[in-house]
Amino acid sequence: MQLPKISVQGFNASFNGKPAVKNLDLEIFAQERLAIIGPASSGKTTFLRSLNRLNDLERGFSHSGDILRDGKNIYDPDIDVAELRRKVGMVYAVPVPLPWSIYDNLVYGLRLAGIRDRATLDNRIEVALRYAFLWDEVKDRLQEPANVLSGGQQQRLCIARVLVLEPDVLVLDEPCSGLDPISTAKIEDALVALKESHSIVLVTNNTKQAARASDRTAFLLLGDLIEVGPTSQIFTRPTQKRTNDYLVGQFG
Amino acid sequence: MKQDKIIGAILLLVALSAISGLGLITVFIFREGVPIILRLGARQFFLSTDWEPSLGKFGILSMIGGSLAVTVGAAAIGVVFSLGLAIVLTQFSPPGLSAALKPLIELLAGIPSVVYGFVGVVTLVPLIRHTLGGPGLSVLAASIVLGIMILPTITSIAIDALQAVSPTYLEGSIALGATRWQTVTMVILRAARSGIVAAVILGMGRAIGETMAVIMVAGNALEVPHSLLDPVRTLTSNIALEMGYASGAHRQALFATGVTLFVIITLLNIAALGFSRRRPARSRVG
Repeated sequence: MQLPKISVQGFNASFNGKPAVKNLDLEIFAQERLAIIGPASSGKTTFLRSLNRLNDLERGFSHSGDILRDGKNIYDPDIDVAELRRKVGMVYAVPVPLPWSIYDNLVYGLRLAGIRDRATLDNRIEVALRYAFLWDEVKDRLQEPANVLSGGQQQRLCIARVLVLEPDVLVLDEPCSGLDPISTAKIEDALVALKESHSIVLVTNNTKQAARASDRTAFLLLGDLIEVGPTSQIFTRPTQKRTNDYLVGQFG
Repeated sequence: MKQDKIIGAILLLVALSAISGLGLITVFIFREGVPIILRLGARQFFLSTDWEPSLGKFGILSMIGGSLAVTVGAAAIGVVFSLGLAIVLTQFSPPGLSAALKPLIELLAGIPSVVYGFVGVVTLVPLIRHTLGGPGLSVLAASIVLGIMILPTITSIAIDALQAVSPTYLEGSIALGATRWQTVTMVILRAARSGIVAAVILGMGRAIGETMAVIMVAGNALEVPHSLLDPVRTLTSNIALEMGYASGAHRQALFATGVTLFVIITLLNIAALGFSRRRPARSRVG
């Protein structure tokens, strides 16, 4: 058994004393796509935003327990949070390109990391855009404003913007919720290619997407991890009644 | 239904009379002021520093210089503090503190200008005289007093501009490894740029139009200032100081000074409006 990329151990998260994630134990391995499913307010997004410490921005957020990345607790005081966020790349439900050109959006993270060499920037951009299946669509118009792209293109730009930083973990929060089926398929294809070199955590409200686009699935309910296992098993032979109820649409 | 129509008509009448009052004032100022500019020639009026009403010499260049010096100085001081305040209150302070401080800043706008002038004369002017030399009544004193007076204007408009920036930009930027401060300088200020420029221009419009406090601390000497410590007379001070006893051509020349101010402030307001309406979408490679 290989070592997990990320190991979550007894992790609790709460906002103003109200628990959002309770005593979570979960492992995320290299080269896998882990889908997290569950009804609204089950703690999926809170958990995701804990992985790159984005919850630190929220007032009233508190946590306990450990999240180890390559064996090192990401909440240790000597962690460089900016570096952590570069290596655990986040993609949001609604694409949020910054109000600049496509090119500026792509190089922003690299510039923050202190990389200014033009050749390196251009090279990383091309690699990232190819991964995100966007290169052919934007290679001749990198100086155009990012907000002229379609929604699906903007979302792939946001994925590329994260990939230029060469993260080893990708966390995606319902990345296809606002997209048409063709754009969704493109993003799911990109995830297949990306899992060769990344751990991918995909939060989705769409159980069909979880079934299609993940290797393992975790089911969260009201902050508790109910069940985690290979996607094929979760969707055909869930061990927990509540998982089955959710999947057949009895609640949520 | 009929009642609604009557009330609507009355309100319309009230609104129209307020606007037409404004229109009449404008017409009056221009009618009184423009003929003398035409008679002396624009060159003689705007580009001469000779202002000797008893000899029929009406050149307002030194006052234009005075107004510009004081306004630019006030903007420089006002922008630093206002922008700092707006950034802290929108980005870095807990919500309770912003909620408490914002009304306090707006309260500053309600203090009568003569009070600012008085405080300036009593504290600032002697301080400048003793530490930096010169008469104390100076461009510097006027700039500082005006800079404080325009603080509420610039701050509250800049706060609105910063709050209008989508919060998703903040998260997007932080998630890419930016610190809070990098996000503010590289993303949020850039996105709010046009609104902030509009805030500064409106602040300058207030500064150039302010009269009482400037009369009290600027010294009112009729010369083009050469240093920050020189006393100056602004366009507004000139009108306020001399209107009481002016008659004939002198009075017309003061109205012409008013026309000049009117045009400058109108241009500033149009510029501010233009900036605040501009969509901040496009950018170039930085």
